Amino acid sequence: MSSGVVIRSRSMYDASVTSTLDGIAREQAETRAHELVRAWDGRAVGLGGLLGRIGSVDQVGIEERAASLAKRSIKRESKRWALDLVIRMIDLTTLEGKDTTGKIHALCQKARRPDPSDPTIPSVAAVCVYPARVADAREALAGSGIHVASVATGFPSGQTFLELKLLETRAALDAGADEIDMVIDRGAFLAGDYAAVFDEIVAVKAAAGEAHLKVILETGELGTYDDVRRASILAMAAGADFIKTSTGKVTPAATLPVTLVMLEAIRDFERRTGRAVGMKPAGGIRTSKEAIAYLTVLYETLGPRWMTPDRFRVGASTLLNDVLMQLRKERDGRYSGSDYFTLD
Amino acid sequence: MGPGTSSPSSWGFGDGQAVPWEYAPAPEARDIVKLQARYGLFIGGKEVAPRTGQWFTTIDPSTEEPLAEVARAGLEDVEHAVGTARRAYRRSWGELPGRERAKYLFRIARILQERSREFAVLETLDTGKPIKESRDVDVPLVAAHFWYYAGWADKLEYAFPGRTTRPLGVAAQIIPWNFPLLMLAWKIAPALAAGNTVVLKPASSTPLSALLFADVCRQADLPPGVVNIVTGPGEIGLGLVKHPDVDKVAFTGSTAVGKEIGRAIAGTDKAITLELGGKAANIVFDDAPLDQAVEGIVNGIFFNQGEVCCAGSRLLVQESIAEPLIDKLKDRLATLRVGDPLDKNTDVGAINNAAQLAKIEELIEAGVAEGADLYQPACELPSRGYFVRPTLFTNVAQSHRIAQEEIFGPVLSVLTFRTPDEAVEKANNTPYGLSAGVWTEKGSRILKMVKQLRAGVVWANTFNRFDPTSPFGGYKESGFGREGGLPGLLAYVRLEDR
Repeated sequence: MSSGVVIRSRSMYDASVTSTLDGIAREQAETRAHELVRAWDGRAVGLGGLLGRIGSVDQVGIEERAASLAKRSIKRESKRWALDLVIRMIDLTTLEGKDTTGKIHALCQKARRPDPSDPTIPSVAAVCVYPARVADAREALAGSGIHVASVATGFPSGQTFLELKLLETRAALDAGADEIDMVIDRGAFLAGDYAAVFDEIVAVKAAAGEAHLKVILETGELGTYDDVRRASILAMAAGADFIKTSTGKVTPAATLPVTLVMLEAIRDFERRTGRAVGMKPAGGIRTSKEAIAYLTVLYETLGPRWMTPDRFRVGASTLLNDVLMQLRKERDGRYSGSDYFTLD
Repeated sequence: MGPGTSSPSSWGFGDGQAVPWEYAPAPEARDIVKLQARYGLFIGGKEVAPRTGQWFTTIDPSTEEPLAEVARAGLEDVEHAVGTARRAYRRSWGELPGRERAKYLFRIARILQERSREFAVLETLDTGKPIKESRDVDVPLVAAHFWYYAGWADKLEYAFPGRTTRPLGVAAQIIPWNFPLLMLAWKIAPALAAGNTVVLKPASSTPLSALLFADVCRQADLPPGVVNIVTGPGEIGLGLVKHPDVDKVAFTGSTAVGKEIGRAIAGTDKAITLELGGKAANIVFDDAPLDQAVEGIVNGIFFNQGEVCCAGSRLLVQESIAEPLIDKLKDRLATLRVGDPLDKNTDVGAINNAAQLAKIEELIEAGVAEGADLYQPACELPSRGYFVRPTLFTNVAQSHRIAQEEIFGPVLSVLTFRTPDEAVEKANNTPYGLSAGVWTEKGSRILKMVKQLRAGVVWANTFNRFDPTSPFGGYKESGFGREGGLPGLLAYVRLEDR
């Protein structure tokens, strides 16, 4: 979409120009969103929304299925490939009040060369930071091909004004972000105002333009799997490129059953609309074993087409070193202590 | 993708590329089981050779390799076993206080748990069922049954208010090959708790776990003669139930044999419970959680290769969701892993015996001949052993053989309905009535369906879930009497006024 690029090159303070372009982009995004909703329902607009089926989730059933998949054991060669893939899927994240330029630079070095002793280890997919730190990350990652992802829209609570959310999104893009991780308005969602949530995602998508939009549902605050499924479909229909479980600031963050619910929603959405949406579990995935369980659930639900960083990301920080430790063990045949891996 | 699976159509291999994702063969070690070359009969607390002097071989259905030789008992051996059980009833067990009987049962339960891996591996070797089922379902339930009925043994005075209980005497118990150890537990635990002694005849293709249980009885110091186990052909089963010194007959198996047993003991005062065949309807309404319903349908018909009397072999799906549901189901079938039962990643194991495999294949052919649409995932089957692909028939009419006859294999027939009344009508339109499943988010509809369905067990939003406290049994040609819970205890006592 060309208008998105235009917006990105403008100063966000140039209000008169932006608002006109904003209108065009927004209109296009809305049209597309409505097309998606129609495709989902398979019926006329209006009645379609009323009659369309989101479907429900049985808690006992989904948790049993997730638990049974976690018991699978994969082949050794597959494991090596999987661990390598996990690294390429990581959004290496730091989202702290105490983040500084120094910290971001260190993290970006880690992102480029996770294990300085082993050049065969790939870089991570992206570095995920607060908007104010995007410029630091951009600078440190120049020429690496690693994306800079910025959280936005009043992260983590989303409890601020829509105007500010859009401004923040544009500012993050201007600072050099390639990907936007927005949060949905859980207040509106839980109050039943789905239209507000939908419209807000459409607006942010328009503001984000070409940039990859990940929509954080914050499943830990939604309470039921039914609501996770509903929010997933809402976000996908509104234009999300990725749906993401959590901010990492709320417990529980990503869990295996919640991820399975979202993957099943992605599968149903693609079947109805033909549009493939990515998935990002974030927070709480700390070990290689857990990460491989997530990949198993991914493989069994969506198959090999999703086994790529373009369609699956893992938001994590401590996971990376555990994966490196496992890979080195596969290489050397023994475990090395944690002191042999750099902190960041 | 390893052997034993194919890929679902929705994975779109056309535009995607294969990834090196393979599950490792993760076989459970079989050396935990020390197989004897030969197993005699278990009578009077001892292993004895059959008076017939004959033996037969039991095989591993996943490889067709022999596992061990087992005694082929004759009517003389039956006479010996029943006489021994009668003496044990008169001299010790029947008069033992309930709290003493409870100690033995608790001990058996604990030993079963301690030796659970051994039992799981042996059960899988002899039956062909996946290790994940024998490990996670069969053996834990077996122990749970002994724990549960051990708890009743010293509380019989309170079990049926205002009434006092007496044991019946000697129980003849005949069990099938699909859940050998679990059916043993369902039969022996309540019988012993109530003060009866038993003569048990396991199926001739799966005698080994019962014979290992004999070892548990010895280990628990159970008084000799309380549990006796005879192995051999069907005739000795018939001889056993007809024996005049047998007071109670409990049988689980096919409806045809059940009828034969009924005829054999007609005119006697023997108490009887029969748990026979089934052709359960698994009913899915349009508001059901579809992905979990798919899991439930898969569990309902592919659990134990469909060799389950209460298997959800008829899928009744509301027409408005038939298409998406069947699409999802086909995709899911393609991910099922068929193969080595001892592999922890295996979902569907081997069919128990050659005769059963032939019957399943014959009925699949009948389904095709009658015009139903066959779907089988293109998974590779092992070159040896009794294996059959998970099978789905759509466009099935109520009048087709595959919708009427019990197949007892991994074959699902899909029918559609439009209204709840039609669903009930179709579900009940069968000579059987063992179980049913209802999938809906609407609680009130579940309660209404439960009242209308003529089935002994109705599962709501789940399937094939068992618990020792929950009674199990059938309507119509699925048998009578209940096993499990208090009704299961009632089947082994005579009630008398205080």
